[in-house]
Amino acid sequence: MTTTRMELVCPAGTPATLRAAVQAGANAVYCGFRDETNARNFPGLNFSRDELAEGVRFAHDHGSKVLVAINTFARVDDVDIWKKAADAAAESGADAIIAADFAVLGHVAKNHKQIRLHLSVQAAAATPEAIGFYAAQFGVRRVVLPRVLSLQEIAALNRAIDVETEAFVFGGLCVMIEGRCYLSSYATGKSPNLNGVCSPPQMVSYDEEPGGTTARLSGFTIDRYERGQPVGYPTLCKGKFKAGGRTSHLFEDPVSLNAGGMIAGLKAAGVTALKIEGRQRGKGYVSEVVRAFRKAVDAVEKGGEPVDIGRLLAGQSEGARQTAGAYEKKWR
Amino acid sequence: MPEIVRMETMLTLGPVFFHWSPDRLLDFYRRIADEAPVERVHIGEVVCGKRMPFSDPAWPAAIERLERGGKQVVLSTLAAPATVRERKSLEDICGDERLVEINDVSGLPSRSGKAFVTGPFINVYNEASAKFLIQFGAQTICPPVELSFAAVGAMSVKCPEAEFEIFAFGRLPLALSGRCYHARIHGLHKDSCQFTCERDPDGLAVDTLDDQQFLAVNGVQTLSNQVQAFCPAPDALASKGIRRLRLSPQTCDMVEVARIYRRLADGREEPEDARFALSCLDLPGTLVDGYAHARPGWQATAVP
Repeated sequence: MTTTRMELVCPAGTPATLRAAVQAGANAVYCGFRDETNARNFPGLNFSRDELAEGVRFAHDHGSKVLVAINTFARVDDVDIWKKAADAAAESGADAIIAADFAVLGHVAKNHKQIRLHLSVQAAAATPEAIGFYAAQFGVRRVVLPRVLSLQEIAALNRAIDVETEAFVFGGLCVMIEGRCYLSSYATGKSPNLNGVCSPPQMVSYDEEPGGTTARLSGFTIDRYERGQPVGYPTLCKGKFKAGGRTSHLFEDPVSLNAGGMIAGLKAAGVTALKIEGRQRGKGYVSEVVRAFRKAVDAVEKGGEPVDIGRLLAGQSEGARQTAGAYEKKWR
Repeated sequence: MPEIVRMETMLTLGPVFFHWSPDRLLDFYRRIADEAPVERVHIGEVVCGKRMPFSDPAWPAAIERLERGGKQVVLSTLAAPATVRERKSLEDICGDERLVEINDVSGLPSRSGKAFVTGPFINVYNEASAKFLIQFGAQTICPPVELSFAAVGAMSVKCPEAEFEIFAFGRLPLALSGRCYHARIHGLHKDSCQFTCERDPDGLAVDTLDDQQFLAVNGVQTLSNQVQAFCPAPDALASKGIRRLRLSPQTCDMVEVARIYRRLADGREEPEDARFALSCLDLPGTLVDGYAHARPGWQATAVP
């Protein structure tokens, strides 16, 4: 049983969301630079060097930490872009760099010993051997766990390793092992590892057809909605497909992750930090989600009654269904 | 006139991704040993540890037969080891004197210092990452399938101390999950999957609602429906020092696939003729090569 309090790690896509997350009770915020070095490389998102420095000052003044995601894989012949991003993160006074690529991890370990290194979920390290390797080679202090492990597996893993673990509790749910999924580039040419994007918006079309609205990605039909039905974003792995004579949401239903009911279980499993996904989200959303999780984490830490996260976040569910994902073994 | 010295391009038969029966595996490797003009053959289960009790008995005989046929055998390992048994098996294989293919970082601690291959499930996107792995013993690097020929070539030029291998033929390995899609399609869970994946020896086709051929599932793995058929001219490979092409087993005539690529690599057949010859085989999907050209993987930039 851990005696330290769990850390709540919250997304900041913009300086305004960073402030909102800090004020709503985030122990740490994570963000990235406005380029392809981070896995949420969307127009209008992310930080310039100056904005990051200012964000770090604001967060530190309020007792929160800043973690900088430099978690895509560096392009051949352009590794310096990723190294310079890491240099800038270190200079900003941020508390940690979140990285996945051997090249980035090696650069930070060698040149910026004062900053903590967190292993990104994009590295998909899920065994004591893999995590031990990253710890031994780069001095990684925390690993963000792939979203495919059950609670029992996380507990066993924590007993076998010396570094902290961080687990996703809310937001988008990758059903594939992160960092090892090329579905997006297969359809669109752009991928999380290469470009920091998945199922990119510029490749999406919504076509009005006699049968309803068809959502396509790069010309591939991902889902179809009858008139009056809410239309979803065509994320590839949440689409409806035909296989084996059946039509279904083959990979995953259009659900998002909510492990708000598992905070005590994650604590008992030895998890150090809880991560909320959503750097693409606005500050209203981030404020509300962070506030709800702040209450829930505090309740668990006090050993009191668990808080009903679903009720607290009724306004943010957008009618979409939620799942505890792989934390429950039957998900597989 | 000085003769231009061109290093021979070598052909590698990658591991079988699918759940083939031990008999089928043995028949397959017997014929490869006797007839396929490939230098190197990968054996071993890569996708799902639950299949290992079925396929494990086939490997000793397959290895013996392949080695007697003059092939270099590489032991491939799991791409996502998780259970204690899977991790132990990985460690055991990593201790072997033969060459081993690492498909997850979990294998690096027990293989460091001994020569290994990194498979397409290890994220090597740049020369610095390649050099990092080379210092631990990476001898051949087969980068992720989404990298272009230009990107692999640039790494190869900067890292002449390792051989680079391009995934040239077969359904493209696109994703892995903790969830088994064969089980899910059949209303089962992974832990009680009933091995329905064995019914689809090339993977199960996944089409869109508009019947576009798109993907294929193979247990926890997702592949392309289309078949990669990258057919580079020998000079293109030589100019980047790329030594190896990987052919990934499907149920079609893999001896014929190897013969076609051998002729291509030897300059005895033009790329378009090689592609045509491949297209005449009994393939599970149409031919594509988009990734090699830095385009979406499903695209066919060369016709047919």
